[in-house]
Amino acid sequence: MTIVEGTSIRTYLHVFAALLLLLFISVAVAQINLGLMNLAVALLIAAAKAALVIWYFMHVRVSPRLVLVAIGAAVFMLTIAFILTMTDYVTRA
Amino acid sequence: MNSEGGEIGILAPQFDTLKQQNEASVLGMWIFLVTEIMFFGALFSGYAVYRFMYPVTFIESSHLLNVGFGSVNTGILLTSSLTMVLAVYFAQRGRNREVCLLLLLTALLGLVFLEIKAFEWVHDFKEGLVPGKYFSFPGANAKQVQLFFCLYFIMTGVHGLHVLIGVCLMLWLAFLVYRRKCSGNNYMKVELSGLYWHFVDVIWIFLFPLFYLIGGSV
Repeated sequence: MTIVEGTSIRTYLHVFAALLLLLFISVAVAQINLGLMNLAVALLIAAAKAALVIWYFMHVRVSPRLVLVAIGAAVFMLTIAFILTMTDYVTRA
Repeated sequence: MNSEGGEIGILAPQFDTLKQQNEASVLGMWIFLVTEIMFFGALFSGYAVYRFMYPVTFIESSHLLNVGFGSVNTGILLTSSLTMVLAVYFAQRGRNREVCLLLLLTALLGLVFLEIKAFEWVHDFKEGLVPGKYFSFPGANAKQVQLFFCLYFIMTGVHGLHVLIGVCLMLWLAFLVYRRKCSGNNYMKVELSGLYWHFVDVIWIFLFPLFYLIGGSV
């Protein structure tokens, strides 16, 4: 990681514009009744927004790869927690 | 102080190079954020369980919240993330004036977020949505609606607490930069606080759709 990294103000502004666009889309889509799909679409858009913030604003793009390992560990442990919890509740009679 | 290779900072004795020192700081901050992710993860899995058990009630409860408040607040937090990342940008270049202004702006946006949230909570209370003694809901599934609002108040409350901590952090940083004790030759404080601020933003990015947008229009 070099400290004065290459991301320009222009890039940050583009990312910000993309985030606002995604916010607008998610609110607009929520006005349409898709039943249970509403949640799926909303979460998909949220994941895209989170990815933009993490990749550009949190500088993961220019950080040591070890940071990705830390994030990967979090995602992995969360997945286990969710799967184990839900296997219980989904299979209850 | 060393400006070799565009790198600036004060090297602590346990590190060989500034690059190593800064990478260690960033990784340390991320490990803290991972523990925060696990903390919020428990709340999110609680949400998942009850969303699975009472899907219809959750959609119905979601309609009781005002999408306008939520959307404006999301926009405010996203904007504060932009001002934060620009503060880091200028801190890397040692431009203290801009850093100070942008940090104050970030803190201000955080306060506006909390202000709107507080206004919304008061509104929710008047509507009888706060679980407990003053909760009132006409339907037969009032207990399950109450569960939704328990999750809503706990998760947005804990998130609000994080925003409040972030605001204090930004004000403290702005003070340090103003006194020239930070930025320029020691910008990592700004970078790491930025990571925290963006993390709080990411949590809200998920809270917003889970509570405000799951309903669709009915």
